[in-house]
Amino acid sequence: MSIPKERQMEMARTMILARQFEETLADLVRQQGKIHGMMILATGQEAVGSGVCAALSANDILITNHRSHHHLLARGADPKALMAEIFGKRTGCNKGKSGTLHLAVPEVNALCTTTVVGGGPPIAVGAAFAQQYENREAVTVCFLGDGSTGEGSVHEAFNLAGLWRLPVLFVCENNKYAAAQSYREHTPVDSLAARGAAYGMPGESIDGNDALAVFEATRRARARALAGEGPTLIECLTYRWRGHGETDHQLYQPADEIAAWKKKCPIDRLVNTLREAGALGDADLEAMRATAAEAVADAVRFAEESPWPEPQEALDDVWVA
Amino acid sequence: MQKLGMGQAINQALREEMERDFRVFLAGEGIGVGIHTSPLMPTTGLLDAFGPKRVKDTPVSEAVIAGLAVGAAAAGLRPVIEIMFNPFFTLASDMIVNHAAKLRYLSGGKTAFPLVVRIKSGAGFGAGCQHSHNLEAWVAHCPGLKVVMPATPRDAKGLLKSAIRDENPVIFIEDMGLYFAPGDVPDEAYTIPLGKADIKRSGTDVTLVTWSKMLGVSLQAAEQLAAQGISVEVVDLRTLTPLDTDTLLASVRKTGRLVVVHEATRTGGFAGEIAAVVMEQAFAALKAPLRRVTGPDIPVPASPPLEQFYIPDAGQVVAAIKEIL
Repeated sequence: MSIPKERQMEMARTMILARQFEETLADLVRQQGKIHGMMILATGQEAVGSGVCAALSANDILITNHRSHHHLLARGADPKALMAEIFGKRTGCNKGKSGTLHLAVPEVNALCTTTVVGGGPPIAVGAAFAQQYENREAVTVCFLGDGSTGEGSVHEAFNLAGLWRLPVLFVCENNKYAAAQSYREHTPVDSLAARGAAYGMPGESIDGNDALAVFEATRRARARALAGEGPTLIECLTYRWRGHGETDHQLYQPADEIAAWKKKCPIDRLVNTLREAGALGDADLEAMRATAAEAVADAVRFAEESPWPEPQEALDDVWVA
Repeated sequence: MQKLGMGQAINQALREEMERDFRVFLAGEGIGVGIHTSPLMPTTGLLDAFGPKRVKDTPVSEAVIAGLAVGAAAAGLRPVIEIMFNPFFTLASDMIVNHAAKLRYLSGGKTAFPLVVRIKSGAGFGAGCQHSHNLEAWVAHCPGLKVVMPATPRDAKGLLKSAIRDENPVIFIEDMGLYFAPGDVPDEAYTIPLGKADIKRSGTDVTLVTWSKMLGVSLQAAEQLAAQGISVEVVDLRTLTPLDTDTLLASVRKTGRLVVVHEATRTGGFAGEIAAVVMEQAFAALKAPLRRVTGPDIPVPASPPLEQFYIPDAGQVVAAIKEIL
């Protein structure tokens, strides 16, 4: 089945937006010192968020992790509300309670971002259970990293999802590093996708820098889930260009390795494919970049102009009254 | 009025809430087909009544049982999960402490996690310390969790129904010893609000604050002392968080003396919190230093005489009260 042109254009648009959003964040943190706290970016991994989200429906649920900007932007979260949250402002999507690391955007069914590595999959199992329980025409997508697959909770979640044939897609972004550990320093097997078999679910390893391949894999897995055939593990092979966080010196990442992966930029790849197909001209691309730049500039302006929360607002939102 | 054990009262609460609201489902290890088929156990018969869609026997996987509850609650259901023994809570604790308790706050109040974690607890079974370890103070220390510890079948039923209807995560800790002690339970439907203590015996000379199984020990001590002309007021907290400070402080202001009794170990136990609240807000009313009667700071031992040594008894409560009279 071919991928509708509109979907392909959407992927290009959201990847460019995520890249510009994160490059701006890096600058705000490193050069301008305007953002307080940790900053963990997914630069180079944009095809995963965009490819997955373009294949979803509005009622599908997203559970994501500390490297979530590209997922949430691809899902349609408001860049202004995200940026204000990252700045710690009252107008942020979580009123300054989450910061960059735990962004929750229920408006787009991104119900939870957890920074506890391995925390997402058990929760995704619960969300998928709710979908199955109420026969909803929807699936849950859980983004996890290669490093999380060493956590016991991930294996418990895989097991229950397989056992109950839950409509959940475990999308593992294998970006080759878990903090400072390279993949083969933390995992004894070459393929994470192979682990699906141990839990009765198909595991598929794909080029995570190819948004169209990510889209196709997501579409297949989603169809399986909706048909009652249970979960799928999709391993997206990709690479993070930047460190674990913006204070990371990246001494463990060989410079030539980074350079080689930059040549495999997921945005260039999709843009070139669209150009070759005659679907995207220079003017279209420029317009796409300009629109993204404007959205990011608007977001930064909105965040900077927004008020800080009053200190005592820290006491709000613990309980449902 | 019915005579039911606490497990049977809990069973009724689960039944009624499942009949009332399709979003309520149960999950846990051996809650449907279990190794104990006694009618006194809390989930006996529920699989037959509601079927495997709503009564979910899970693998031995506490982390994902708790994650199931967190995710299902976020997505609109009202899970009630069971942790078979209190020490196994540690295996579920990331999902409860880092997620159920915090995700609403992290969302700025946009999400809610209406879930109940039923935990079977208490020493006295000869099972040793990896099956017996009262951890209520751990969960009471986590903002975002309500903590309920009923002492009677009547309270257990009414409190569990409120817990299931609550929009917040509730930790509901059941002392298994209470499953086997029958008590009065009203025939008609009722709920008991969370956060309200109950004066189980009125008195004027000393306030005994307690919860869960130690209510029985406290009432025994009060009875013994009544024969000696000492009037003990027994306050059953029922809910640790939110804490009913009004009832607690009113009682202490009336009697001027306080003894707190819990089965959990002493250091960092919830008696310390009760003591601090009273010292901060009713110091002037105290006529004597307060006392704590608790388990000693040891893991729960297995051998019968050792285990009995661990569990506080009425004699210790009587002695503590006499020290401050």
